[in-house]
Parts: sequence; structure tokens; C-alpha cells
Amino acid sequence: MKVKILSRNPDNYLRETKRDIHKVPRNYDPSLHPFEASREYVRALNATKLERVFAKPFLGSLDGHRDGVNCLTKHPTRLSLLLSGSCDGEIRSWDLSRRQCISTIQAHDGFVKGLCAIPDGSGLMSCGTDQTVKQWSMNEDGILDPEPVVTLLGKSLYQQMDHSYGDNTFATCGDKVDIWEATRAEPIRSFSWGVDSVHAVKFNPVETHLLGGCGDDRSILLYDMRGSTPLRKVILKLKSNALAWNPMEAFIFTVANEDYNLYTFDMRNLREPLNMHKDHVSAVMDVDYSPTGTEFVAGSFDKTVRIFPLNIGRSRDVYHTKRMQRVSVVKWSLDDKYILSGSMEMNIRVWKARASEKLGVLKPREKEAFNYNAKLKEKFAHHPQVRRIARHRHVPKMVYNAQKEIMKITNSKRRIEKNRRLHSKPGSIPMIPEKERKVVNEVE
Amino acid sequence: MDPNSKNKKKFDPSKQKQKSARYFRSTDDNQGDGANKQLKKKHSKGYERKGSVFKGKAGKGLKIFKKQHGHDDKPSKKNVHNDVEVFEINMEKVDHKFSRNIDRKRHGRKDVDTPKGRLRNEVDPFPGEQRVPANLIKKYQYGPEEIDTSTNDPEVTEKLKATEKRQKYAAKETARTELLKQDDTGFLRKTGKHEDTTKISQHDLANAVDITSARKFFELKLNDFGPYKINYTRNGRFLLLGGSKGHIAAIDWMTKKLLCEINVMETVQDVKWLHQETMYAVAQKQWSYIYDNQGVELHCLKKLDNVLRLEFLPYHFLLASANAKGYLSYIDVSVGEKVSGYGTSMGRLDVMCQNPANAIIALGHSGGTVTQWCPKVKDPVVKMLCHNSAVRAVAIEKCGHYMATSGIDRSLKIWDLRTYNMLHSYKLPAGAGQLSFSQRGLLAASMGNIVQMYEDCCTKAITKPYLMHDLHSSVNSLNFCPYEDVLGVGHSSGFSSLLVPGAGEPNFDALESNPYQQKKQRQEAEVKMLLDKIPADMIHLNANIVTEVYKMTPGERAEAKRKTQEFKKLNFEPKRKTKGRSKSGKLEQRKKGVNEEHRRDYIKETVARKRAEDRNQSFNEKRSLTTSVLDRFKKKDNS
Repeated sequence: MKVKILSRNPDNYLRETKRDIHKVPRNYDPSLHPFEASREYVRALNATKLERVFAKPFLGSLDGHRDGVNCLTKHPTRLSLLLSGSCDGEIRSWDLSRRQCISTIQAHDGFVKGLCAIPDGSGLMSCGTDQTVKQWSMNEDGILDPEPVVTLLGKSLYQQMDHSYGDNTFATCGDKVDIWEATRAEPIRSFSWGVDSVHAVKFNPVETHLLGGCGDDRSILLYDMRGSTPLRKVILKLKSNALAWNPMEAFIFTVANEDYNLYTFDMRNLREPLNMHKDHVSAVMDVDYSPTGTEFVAGSFDKTVRIFPLNIGRSRDVYHTKRMQRVSVVKWSLDDKYILSGSMEMNIRVWKARASEKLGVLKPREKEAFNYNAKLKEKFAHHPQVRRIARHRHVPKMVYNAQKEIMKITNSKRRIEKNRRLHSKPGSIPMIPEKERKVVNEVE
Repeated sequence: MDPNSKNKKKFDPSKQKQKSARYFRSTDDNQGDGANKQLKKKHSKGYERKGSVFKGKAGKGLKIFKKQHGHDDKPSKKNVHNDVEVFEINMEKVDHKFSRNIDRKRHGRKDVDTPKGRLRNEVDPFPGEQRVPANLIKKYQYGPEEIDTSTNDPEVTEKLKATEKRQKYAAKETARTELLKQDDTGFLRKTGKHEDTTKISQHDLANAVDITSARKFFELKLNDFGPYKINYTRNGRFLLLGGSKGHIAAIDWMTKKLLCEINVMETVQDVKWLHQETMYAVAQKQWSYIYDNQGVELHCLKKLDNVLRLEFLPYHFLLASANAKGYLSYIDVSVGEKVSGYGTSMGRLDVMCQNPANAIIALGHSGGTVTQWCPKVKDPVVKMLCHNSAVRAVAIEKCGHYMATSGIDRSLKIWDLRTYNMLHSYKLPAGAGQLSFSQRGLLAASMGNIVQMYEDCCTKAITKPYLMHDLHSSVNSLNFCPYEDVLGVGHSSGFSSLLVPGAGEPNFDALESNPYQQKKQRQEAEVKMLLDKIPADMIHLNANIVTEVYKMTPGERAEAKRKTQEFKKLNFEPKRKTKGRSKSGKLEQRKKGVNEEHRRDYIKETVARKRAEDRNQSFNEKRSLTTSVLDRFKKKDNS
């Protein structure tokens, strides 16, 4: 007969000194962990609630401009530097970490229409309503030289400009799209398609020869710098205000449209947008991608900033404050942590990209807890309680009412169409998906 | 507590041999005298070493005898890995010493002693990752074993497949942690054919095992206030005694340190620890009370009156009580509010237990039924007729798969709670008054003065008890101590702690319940428990229902459809208009008109729908494919 009785040596289970950490022997046997599903659910619910409690995205505003902020540019090499141009022709550089203005120059007569940094970080270029393009130099600390390095006189008004990511060429747009080289006084190439002017132009960050633009004839235009004529044009129902290229997938871009929506297109198939992003209740003014290419931010005339995941039709989050007026420009910082918005009431606002994220260095335990909670939230995202809490956002009354109104309008349109289809010959009113309906024409 | 002075006597090898001769039938004695001599030598050696047991180095002090293997007995693999102390009650076989070299050979590693220079050319004897046995992977599988990945949506199917893959991977990796477990289960194993564990007395066990374990067999003589109800904390460290004549004591039973001792000067029906050793609930004659571990009365629960039995659900912070008038009530002890209470109308409720796997309360009744209750359902969720006579005791196993019931008809029945079928029915010498399951599935039953313990009584039909003990006074309460091989027995003349090898789970999870918990750890654990408190309305027969997808049954779907088509009264309130058009008569007329129109619309709609349905049905009947030419010979209906 053999016998053994459980007999533990406390030394194996107790810490040796008080300065030591506690010993935590684990046994993952499921029978020792009853109610694991219910407990995880409760934890997920708590995590969701905490996320909403800690959702305080507004970090501060950069105040100093004496007119509405018209354009913003991220510094290509320094995360804490921001450049902004306003409607009174002033360009300012800001230190984001100290939230201070570093330097100010009076760049143009009238609006600063376009602003772009030179990729090596040595300076910036601007264009304005005074029909000039100017190049400015900037030192290490972000202080701008008040005298322009180069001034180029154009023949017409410039609406916007962008610098190529590959070489030292840049593009301006106005009544036509011009490609310039830094050393020359004349554009090396000009593109025009019809008589309508182009009010936005953006270089593709990956395929550096490609650029896209938005025309006044409700069109989105694609250009290749190497060719002599524009590549393609797609016409939507309403005018697009801005365009942003996905930094990770070169063929995907998103446009901010006047019809309150954003449209993500695949360059290879412009017949219908990949995705339609609804939620704004007024014209969308600007859009910018996160450096990871999975999300983008949009600023609108409805005084809100919204964040959209790339493949989802509705916004993930909405930012607004009492004092923020119509948003004219938004940017997503290059470290994927902050969102910057410039609005008509002369302020630049700094937001967190993820509203409830804890800033600063995280301790390993904190990081682990956040990761665990994120996974739980993902696992239980479809539970009605969790979903309700996670989705709830307080929006200004104006937006709330407008949302209801838009809902009513879309419902009534849908109903009318349904009735019309019901009372007409079968097949005479075809079913066209909503996305397809937004594209009027594609021209090559 | 000097271990040497008292216990030296017990380990006298000559005496032990006598005992073994007395209690165990002799087995085929293959070993000669030489072996016995060797054995004596060894034994005395162990005895010599024993003197330095607690004085020597920490960690090695407990080792008294080394494990010895015979050729013919096959020790489990686990025992080979660890230096466990196994004690033999009768020392018959003596063999080579267990050593690491043997260990290596057993694992087939041959190239250990190769010279250094050749190491580079050696082939890895264990290529790839180590294989994990399938049964282990199955053990660590959380959630359903097989996910139903067949859906209409290929995207969803893809996601489900990915989830399944992840779960399998997780189970495999968790199974690898088996290696890190520090302790092995206790056991009492026969070495000869004719040996019988039933005949081993507690004194034999206590004499055979090491002194720390032997000290877990003790008795508290409390003749004045019995019979006693007992309860262990979840980590098995603390013991609560409640004598029916009012004596309440809380002790750290391992160190025998008294936390508090009070007399409430009232009948005590039941005692229960709450979530930690800081508080306990006592069901007294009239009301129930909550005391802290200093014996200070914290609350008087007047909502719980005439309570006979208490149960505490630690993950829900619910204190369930069953009273003499047949009323079952739940109190949330974290907020002090009554969650629910139901009159069972089943008479006096003095048989109660909880299902640790899904927090459902089982009650035994005098009619032979066992009912199961959850706090948010008014009626019992399960009602089963278990005995032809009154139920005396109910116990549910840790995983919630098996339930044991005993009636006054002397039967002990084992039920499968997944199918609600009876698995085994045993006839006992007397009706078991108390039943208790241990963590590893041992069942203890008390019949008058006698406590019997059964091994594997749920999975196979057994013929005799595993162990047996006579307490010489009637047993009032049985409770296995979690994480220890100990059974606590409260009886009319005090408390006895019995040794039951193989009862307790050897490896605890410190984040779940930790017997070696310090104060700070306890406080932190309390906060975590409160944060993870499961709401009472999540208690369900299926504990994991929250992760399952709800699918409507056809009946429910029809009901839901009917509800949407049901007539909803329109509460139209006419606007007030000026210029005399808003006389009350006019208003009423307008209101009536609108409401009537709504009603007419509804009736029209339903009539049209019904007519369409009828038309469809009659059409279908006409073109019924079952008609045949032979139908004309059928007997015609009179109508």
C-alpha cells in the first residue's frame, strides 16, 4: 500500500523577502476557472465603459492666427513642427510639444491658398491669391526666414500646391495643373482638361509620378507626371473638395465630397467607389490619411471632425467642441497619435487620434491590461449592451437634428422609389446600388 | 511545536511493521530476508534524517524517504519527474534508488555523455517542438470543442475558421503549462492484490505520512455547544465552526490560530464564509447576521429570517438562503440588497447546495424531488424526482456534471446533470445525512457516526468505499477542504479533520484562490473580484450562454411575427385649433375619427392578408401532388 498526501512546502509559494514580488503559481485548468465567459463579458463591459469615461480627445488649441486657418502642413522630418497658413496671408510655424508659435511671416497678399513642405525639411513653399508661388527657408528649430528664397510669378490664381515625394518637382493647380521644377521659373509641364479649374492637387506618396486633383466640374482627375495629358477623369454627382492618397496602398484614394460623404476609390476601377463613408451632415472640406493607411480623418462644414476606418461606411469617432467653427483643414500626425484641425475661427486644434488612449510611456502592466481590454472589447463587440455603450456619442444639437432630417429624407426617397417601382412595368426602373449612382461618368 | 518530541514515537519502524501486519493482508512475499534487512536499514536511515527535517535547509527538509520503485509496479510518469515523497505503509519491495540517470534512460536520451568536440556533429535527438498529448489539449480547451463553421456568408465562415484555429493553438500552448505545475495529486494505492483501502484507518494514514501531513489529522473536542456546522474558505486556509447552541469560531486550521470565537446565545443553523476570510454569514434562530473575522457583528439581515441553510455564490456575491417556511432568497452582499426571493411552497427547506459550475441552487424536498433555482426565474428551472422518500442530502460536483442525492430510503443516487439521467444507485447501510464532493471528485457521505468516502463513484459502479471512519458521535456537517487532502467533519462533539489522500487539487491558481495569500494580495484580489462581479441575471443553466449565438426557434419566430402584426392602439391627440374649432366635443369627434380610421385600416389589412393566405392554401390543396387515380376508391367523408 502506498500513500501520498498533499503537503506543500510554503517556501515554494511564499516570496523570500518583503522586497521580492509575490509568487503567482498558475493552473489553467478550466475547471478551476468557472464562469469564464460571464466574467469576460463583465470585464468587456467594464472596459467599454472605461473607454467612454476616458474619452477626452481634445488636447489643446494653437491660437495666434488673425484670420481663418486655410492650410496646414506636417513637417516631413520633425514630429513636433507644424506649419499653417491663414486667410490673411500669414504663415506660422508651431511647436506642438510646447503648443507655441515659433515664427510668423507675412507671406502673401490675400489668402495663403497652398502650403507644402520640401521633403528634406529645409524649407516650405506656398502659393496665394496674389498669383505668386514662394519658397521659404527654415532652420533646424523651425524659424522661418522672412524673405522668400524664390518667388515665382504666375499668370493666374493658384488654388493649391503639393510637393512631390520623389524629386524636387512640385505641382500647383488653378485653371490648369502645372508641374514645376525648383530650379526653373517656368512650369515644366501643364495639364488641362476642359475649361474648368482644378482646386485641389495631391501627389501619390508611393508612386511619386502620380497625382490626383479635384476639378470644379465635379470631377476627380488623375495625372501622370511623365505623360503629357491627364490620365483619367471621373465625374461625381457633386463637387469634391479634397483628395488624399492612401500611404500604404498606392492605388487607393479618398475624396471629400460636397454631398456630405467621402468616397474611397480604387484607381484601377473608377466606375464605382470602393466605399462610401457617411456620417457628416454638411459638406466635407478636407481629408487626410493616417500613416498606417487603415483610417482617415475628415473635417466638415458641420463643425465636426470625424474619423473613419478605411473599409467601414460609418465613422468611428466624432470630435467637436463648443467653440470650433467650420473646419477647413485636417491633418493626421506622422506618429499616428494626433489629429490636427484648422478651422474658420482662427484656431488650430490638437486632438488625440484615439480618444481614450493614455498618452506617455506605458508601464508593461498597463500595456498588458490595455491589450487585454482591447481584445475583450473586440470579442464582445456585438453584444447589445457593449455595442450600445461603445457607439454612443454626444453630438451638438445642430448635428443631431440634421442627422434625423437626413435620415428622414433618405427614407422618403427610398420609399418613393419603392412605390414607383411597384407601380411601373417590372424592370423599367432598375435597381442601382447607391455607390454606383454617385458616379455620373468616367472619362479616359 | 517541536516536531521531534511527539512524532518520533509514531515513526518507530518496528511498530509500523506491526501495524502493517495488523491492517493489511499479506501479499505474495517475493523478497527474502535480505530485502527486509535492507528495508530496515533504509527505514532507520530515514528516521535518522527525520531529526533534521525542519532544521535543515528549506525546501529539502520535508523529504523523509525517497521514492522507491519495484520492477513490477508502474509508477505514473509524473512521479518520475518530481522528487515527490511517497510513503509505503508496508515495506515489501526494495529496489535500486530512484536517480536521475534512470530518468534519462526512461526518456530514451542516449547521447548525453558524448564528448564535447563531437557535439556539433550530433543529430538533435529531439527534433521539432515537443508533442502535446491530445487528451491534455482537450482538457485545456475553453469554449466549445468544435465551432460550427457552416454559414451562408463565406466571410463569416472564414472568421469562424480562424477563431477555431486560434482556440486550438491556445489550448495547445496552455497544455504545455502542465509542465510547470509544482505538485502531484495525493493517492492511496494498492500494491498487492488483496489489499483493501477501506480497512485503513486514519491513524494508519497519519502514522505513515510525514509529520506536516499527519498534523492535518486532528480533532477538536467541543462537547458543550454541538452539533457543529463547518465551512472552509475558498482557498482552504480558514475554517468556520458554528455550534448549534451558539458557539461560533473562525480558525486558521493549518496553524491552529484562532481568529475569533463568540457565542451568539441563540441557535445557529448554518455558517458560511463570504468571498474572503474577512467576513462570514451566520443563520441564527430568527435572523441572519454577518460578522467579521474579529467576531464583530456587521449586519443583521432581517430579510433573511428563520434560515436553515446558507450558500454563498462567490462570483456573483450572492448569499442564497433557504428558510423553514419554504422561502428561498438571494441577497447581493456587495451592495446589501435583496436580489430576489421566491416562496417555493415545498415545505421546510433544509437540504441545499450550489452548483459551482453555473451558480444554480439545488434544493432537496421531503417529497423526494430536487429542484434547481436561479435568482431571476420565479419557478424552478429544473425539477426532478430523485427518490421515493424525502431527500436528505444533495451535492454537486465541481464541474457541474454530476449530482449525488441521498434519501431516507438508504439509497445514494448519482445523476448526470447534462442529461438528467440517473447513472448509479447505491444502497447504503443507512440513509446518508450529509454529502460532499471534493475537488477531484471524491464523494463523502455520513451515516450517523460513520463517514464513508467513495472514489470514482460517478463514472463507474463501485462496490465498496474508498475510506471509512467512525467518529463516535453523529455527524452534522461534511466539507472537503479545497486544495488539501482533508475532509472536515462537524459532529455533535466537535470537529474532526480527516485525511483523504487524493481529495484535493494539488495545484492552485494564485489568481483564483491562493492558500498562501498575503494581506495585500487579499485586498487586491477583493477589488478584482468586485470588478468582475457577474450580475445575478446572468445565472443560467448553461454558464457559457453569453458566448453563444441566439437562434430563434420556429415557434418563437411565429410569435414575434404575430406580435408585430398585432393591433396597436393609436393614441392620437388632436391639436388645439383656434376660432372655436377646439370645443371639447369637436376635439373628441376628431380623435374618434382618426382612431376609428386606424382600426378600420388594420381590419382591412388583416382580412386581405387572411384571404390571400386562404387563397394560397386552397390553391395548394387543389394542386396537391398526393392525389392519385386510386383516390376514387377512398371512403368518402360524411360531410
